[in-house]
Amino acid sequence: MQVTMTVNDVEVTREIEGRLLLVHFLRDVLSLTGTHWGCDTSNCGTCVVLLDGEPVKSCTVLAAMAGGHEVRTVEGLADGAELDPIQEGFMQCHGLQCGFCTPGMMMTCRALLDNNPDPTDAEIREAISGQICRCTGYATIVRSVRWASVHS
Amino acid sequence: MQVPAPFEYERATSVDQAIGLLERLGSSARLVAGGHSLLPMMKLRLANFEYLIDINPLHDELGYIRSQANELRIGAMTRHRELLESDELAAAFPIFRDAERVIADPVVRNRGTLGGSLCQADPSEDLSAVCTTLDASCVIRGPGGAERVVSMEEFHVGPYETAVGDGEMLIEVRFPVRANGGSAYQKVERRAGDWAVVSAGAAVWLAADGTIADARVGLAAVGPNTTGIPEISEALRGHEPAEELYERAGAIAARVCDPVTDQRGSEDYKRHLADELTRRTLRTAVERARS
Repeated sequence: MQVTMTVNDVEVTREIEGRLLLVHFLRDVLSLTGTHWGCDTSNCGTCVVLLDGEPVKSCTVLAAMAGGHEVRTVEGLADGAELDPIQEGFMQCHGLQCGFCTPGMMMTCRALLDNNPDPTDAEIREAISGQICRCTGYATIVRSVRWASVHS
Repeated sequence: MQVPAPFEYERATSVDQAIGLLERLGSSARLVAGGHSLLPMMKLRLANFEYLIDINPLHDELGYIRSQANELRIGAMTRHRELLESDELAAAFPIFRDAERVIADPVVRNRGTLGGSLCQADPSEDLSAVCTTLDASCVIRGPGGAERVVSMEEFHVGPYETAVGDGEMLIEVRFPVRANGGSAYQKVERRAGDWAVVSAGAAVWLAADGTIADARVGLAAVGPNTTGIPEISEALRGHEPAEELYERAGAIAARVCDPVTDQRGSEDYKRHLADELTRRTLRTAVERARS
């Protein structure tokens, strides 16, 4: 079947199998490997991308479901050489250690700040509660999002 | 890598078009809404279908919370997040916000739907327990626009099995609104966002003299389906709310539920939880009914 969607502001059309998951469409078909593929069971959240501005776990969304919709991945965060405040915050506040959870964390936090520009620490923790950082760097992730909130 | 077995993807354009597809394709087709229960099962090959009909495009048609006279109606495609964030729903039935706070996580709640949760018919499913507690009824539409309304007891036929037949679709869930009501939900889970070890919901309606006019308790994860417990309703009706009464209700819950020992806990522990959570939710429901 054919699917057409907008990924990071670029319209793409590809021939795919109905069973192809969005995470594999992004990584294997479009070569956008910034979106990580983790537990495959919608638990870990490393595969989070924005679907029409809302964070979703792309291992549990069919690529076909995204047809006609807008997808934003971590590759779409920066504007040219200018980093998104979320990315800058993760740099400034050491929001990543191994980096595996980072793309998903940043996308969820981008959506959080889009809806709530000045979240409390509790709101940040709630927003990322469906995502796992196995380095357990949650405190610095929360600090990174605070930094982005203040510097947006 | 986990991927579902091959299937044909169809996209719904309207409720009746989706029902037309179901009618034509029969049991080889399945509706997919949020997909956060169905797709993992298909990845594990626990479920296989030749056709998946994506009903996410029907969110505009079936995503709503509407107050009618003496009734609240929720469309089957209303997402967890919308149920959590609705102040109208929280005011009428605070049990919904209690439950939604502990269902999965915020990202999953962006996708999962009320209808999908009920049709999955997992015995541990929290929203099924909420709907059972609130004495909800389910509107099932079939070919030619024919609709039938069934109670939650009729809706859940068994684990993963519902009254929705081939060529039919759950489109709406209706909740009776009665005066002086209060409700609450509590869940014990091993970690945030997990399935329940045990959950309990309670709804209480008070009479003008402060006694309990009616009460319902619904439990999840302690039997083949989320079940209401008529014996508890009978024990509570007509009595003044009191700790001894909640204790009696808790003892009934522990006795009549049917848990099994598994990785989430022993049968004894689950009976203990059914008792304790029944007491706690009744206590909160009464407090809310009074305020």
